[in-house]
Amino acid sequence: MIPAAFEYHAPSTIGEATALLAKLGEDAKVLSGGQSLIPLMKLRLASPAHLVDINGISGLSGIREGDGFLRIGALTRESELEESELVRSRYPLLHDTSKVIADPLVRNLATVGGNLAHGDPANDHPATMLALGAEVVAVGPKGERRIPIASFFTGPFETSLKPDEILVEIRVPTPPARSGGAYLKLERKVGDFATAAVAAQLTLGANGACEHVGIGLTNVGLTPIKATKAEAALKGKAPDEAAIKRAAELAAEASEPSADLRGSVEYKKDIVRVLTARALRKAVERAGARR
Amino acid sequence: MLVKLSINGETHEANVEPRLLLVHLIREVLRLTGTHIGCDTTHCGACTILMDGRPVKSCTIFAVQAQGKQLMTVEGLEQDGKLHPLQAGFMAEHGLQCGYCTPGMLMTSYAFLKKHPKPSEDEIRWAISGNLCRCTGYVNIVKAVQHAAAAIAG
Repeated sequence: MIPAAFEYHAPSTIGEATALLAKLGEDAKVLSGGQSLIPLMKLRLASPAHLVDINGISGLSGIREGDGFLRIGALTRESELEESELVRSRYPLLHDTSKVIADPLVRNLATVGGNLAHGDPANDHPATMLALGAEVVAVGPKGERRIPIASFFTGPFETSLKPDEILVEIRVPTPPARSGGAYLKLERKVGDFATAAVAAQLTLGANGACEHVGIGLTNVGLTPIKATKAEAALKGKAPDEAAIKRAAELAAEASEPSADLRGSVEYKKDIVRVLTARALRKAVERAGARR
Repeated sequence: MLVKLSINGETHEANVEPRLLLVHLIREVLRLTGTHIGCDTTHCGACTILMDGRPVKSCTIFAVQAQGKQLMTVEGLEQDGKLHPLQAGFMAEHGLQCGYCTPGMLMTSYAFLKKHPKPSEDEIRWAISGNLCRCTGYVNIVKAVQHAAAAIAG
């Protein structure tokens, strides 16, 4: 399959890239890992007249902690996230997620920034970043702005990024002690999108109650879903079986899946309920709570 | 656009349209037809090559993105007329039937064994989970990779 013809641009600085985007407007797309965009172009579901390849811009990849955040450069490959000892030891929810995105070959090119900026509700990082309360940093011709992840996803394949802005970094707040998280994904086979998946992150207080709760849902709506009612139901409570069960029911209620080859609406909602409970139990276990 | 890259240690230059996919450059322009095109939709991994040492799907990269990169294809495995231990392993363990997925399996396994010289069966199955084989049920492919790991370890 051959994509429609386009003009290729390979800027070497962010300034050049945003100037190009400002000039080219809606006719241009940013090329990051290309693992979603190129398949769409081959199917001619996307036919941008210009591609602005940001892979030659230095300083856009890498994983480090600083200023109270885990700072992930937008061009960081999923495989780098998966192999990072820092992520494995301190951000288990993120590590879980990095292991189930597409397949190992795709993860060698796919980027964390691209996974978010694509705005696909079936992608895995959106739910995880919603659960973690991350923010993204966008740069445009007028400078830099930070966008809380909860207001980033505005519609199917739509984000609050302006056409001349580039996502350059993801900032995940460094969780306090006694925090834990987990990502559970049901997929028919490696490389498939989730039938449904759930990201859960929580922090336990000294009294064993949940001080912070984040729950994000993958591929069960037109956008990634932050299950706010489920989060609220658990906040301030001890994460015992009854509380987890209640939060799981509320997460299922918050999901809005459509029926497709992967299952019926009822089936997917039930999967959300089951996965939420399992993810919360695993998060509690990882937070080091005594059950 | 002029693209200059290295494949199996040899420098190549070609004038390409930006929309030309890397796998088409490799097969149709440079005539290295060992790399296969299977699904053409980023699923099957028959087109797997190494780009700067990492296995990637060459049907999902534009040729212009490989500017200045070091590539390796299945043709680069054999050295001085001698099969690579992975190729010998796939032969000895019947790690293929139709052979369509084999170039991709070999390249993925090659990069994998560099990082994991003593892999478990689970690790091998994880490594090749982006490469689909419709003949073997993977059993003999796993054995072939184990065979190669043992041969390389001596």
